[in-house]
Amino acid sequence: MAGLATAFGSGAMTNSINEIEEAELILVAGSNTTEAHPQVGRRILQAVDRGARLIVIDPRLTALAARAHVHLALRPGTDIPLLNGMMRCMLDDNLADDLFIEMRTENFHALRDMLYRLDLDQVAAATGVELQSIRRAARLYAKARKAVLCYCLGVTQHVCGTANVETYANLALLAGKLEKEHTGVDPLRGQNNVQGACDMGALPGVLPGYQSVHDLAARGKFEAAWRTPLPAEPGLSLLDMTHGGPEGPVRGMLVVGENPMLSDPDLARVEETLRSLDCLAVSDIFLTETAALADVVFPAACFAEKTGTFTSSERRVQMVRQAVAPPGECRGDGDLVMALAGRMGVPFADASPAEVMEEIALLTPLYGGIYHDRLEEGWGLQWPCPDRSHPGTPFLHKGAFTRGRGRFVPTVHVPPAEQPDGDFPFTLITGRVYHHYHTGTMTRRCAALDRECREAVLEMNGGDAAALAIRAGERVRLVSRRGSLTLRAAVTGRMGPGQVYTSFHFTEAAVNRLLGAARDPSSHCPEYKVCAVRVEKVA
Amino acid sequence: MTERVLTTCVYCGCGCGCYLHVEEGRVVGTSPSRNHPISRHNLCLKGWHLHELIHHPDRLTTPLVREDGRLREATWDEALARAAAGFRECLEHHGGRGLGVLASAKCTNEENYLLQKFARTVLRTNNIDHCARL
Repeated sequence: MAGLATAFGSGAMTNSINEIEEAELILVAGSNTTEAHPQVGRRILQAVDRGARLIVIDPRLTALAARAHVHLALRPGTDIPLLNGMMRCMLDDNLADDLFIEMRTENFHALRDMLYRLDLDQVAAATGVELQSIRRAARLYAKARKAVLCYCLGVTQHVCGTANVETYANLALLAGKLEKEHTGVDPLRGQNNVQGACDMGALPGVLPGYQSVHDLAARGKFEAAWRTPLPAEPGLSLLDMTHGGPEGPVRGMLVVGENPMLSDPDLARVEETLRSLDCLAVSDIFLTETAALADVVFPAACFAEKTGTFTSSERRVQMVRQAVAPPGECRGDGDLVMALAGRMGVPFADASPAEVMEEIALLTPLYGGIYHDRLEEGWGLQWPCPDRSHPGTPFLHKGAFTRGRGRFVPTVHVPPAEQPDGDFPFTLITGRVYHHYHTGTMTRRCAALDRECREAVLEMNGGDAAALAIRAGERVRLVSRRGSLTLRAAVTGRMGPGQVYTSFHFTEAAVNRLLGAARDPSSHCPEYKVCAVRVEKVA
Repeated sequence: MTERVLTTCVYCGCGCGCYLHVEEGRVVGTSPSRNHPISRHNLCLKGWHLHELIHHPDRLTTPLVREDGRLREATWDEALARAAAGFRECLEHHGGRGLGVLASAKCTNEENYLLQKFARTVLRTNNIDHCARL
């Protein structure tokens, strides 16, 4: 989300999900929306049924790509040249929104100069996409009156993830496709409360509401409220903590509701790190792969056993309500934190979730008017919601960007950390499937979902399968520089030649053992979308 | 008698409104909210089966602590004391830099707020993150 914050001043969906239905054009990039965000996928298909145009940027022939008017099946990791090519086509066709650029943006000249130096034939060669399709996509996007650009982890999970996002932001700024209803840039957030966890400051560099730990005034406000000095140095990111190794900086960890032993790249390194800790405490609802390594495990209450709020991808803060009592001795994680703080000699006042939200509202301007009693009525509130009388904000940047002017950030192509070669000739892409969620801790324990989708499969192109004499359903070995695993092959027209795909939900085929730890230097997002592998027939 | 409790689905960032059907202290079913702006009387397959994990026999129900290399059941009192002692020792030897917290995109806002406050005020570190990028 760092890329959008640089360009617009705020890293969240600029629109609401339902606005997508009214768009005239939808550009979907790096998102298998019908599987990972079914309701958003539904809105997109409804819009297309009503006549909207659909552009899909994805190496795979996803369900949406199959319905697209233009499918740009780019070589994985070449978003930047592709988008720069689209923008150059817009300049050549005189389709940039000059008035918007003049009134609402800055640094356009830097982008323009870079685009005029671009060789479009090189773009086609680098991306593997015909120039004609790039030009057609540019025209459709620029000419639509209401255009929504949705992107997901296929854009961000690259070594150049932040620059990728900046490039998509450049495209929207150049075409003036922002700050209106049914028009904007919408990062789809994968997990149910990933937006909220970011909003609440569960990040190494920011306090709640994206107030920087460097910002003396913001820090002072929290220090006064919490009556204690706060560390001013930004902390370590997740991968710095889980990949530190036996000599790593972190010696004790509290892990709450996370399973890095399946979700992080280069799992051997994660395991080595977690095993070497002096103290690992884990709170979870099941004994996850991570909890199994802990010194102390706390049994957590699940969503149906506690009260609180989640913030959805469209910035909508909504109630989660207790339906039943927690089983056995399970407790909510809020209770765990308060009890642990007391044991550590820094007691927190015993507060109900509603009272915690009051403290959040007092210290976090984005949530300034969000209280549980307001959420009890209606369907939640979309931030920013600065005060009690504010109705919430369906779409962002109306009249002005959060940072003032939208900023063009010229970007150049950064190749993936690992390229296919003679020993590892395939590009492995990883992602999610419709029936499962994240590390499968919850969905794999659901009989219906398990019945529908029981194991990881390796999707591969028919030509590649034939060349290796691999038949559909046969077990194959997938090998990278870091490890190998076996799984069943699925021969499918979804994959382009030289590319294979699998999901990361399954511990017995934990694909993250194969992936490298390369990541974006700014967002620390690992490169889950490109890994060089080879596929072997299991004798 | 079935009681229906309106809540928010946990399976993706869409944020569907749905009802949990409660009978005799157990959640026995899930159904979509008819008027919720996102769900509009519709859920995906994951959402329709949302309740199945709640009473799953694999649920952890007591704290566990490691003894002689194995996890064994313990009381909350013992587990809290063990974790607090471990963190206090790290804090004394390495300062806040030697401690880290992973909060969660599956926890509530209120829990995430308390977790980052705990990291910053009790463990005295900004080493807090979650799997936003995974």
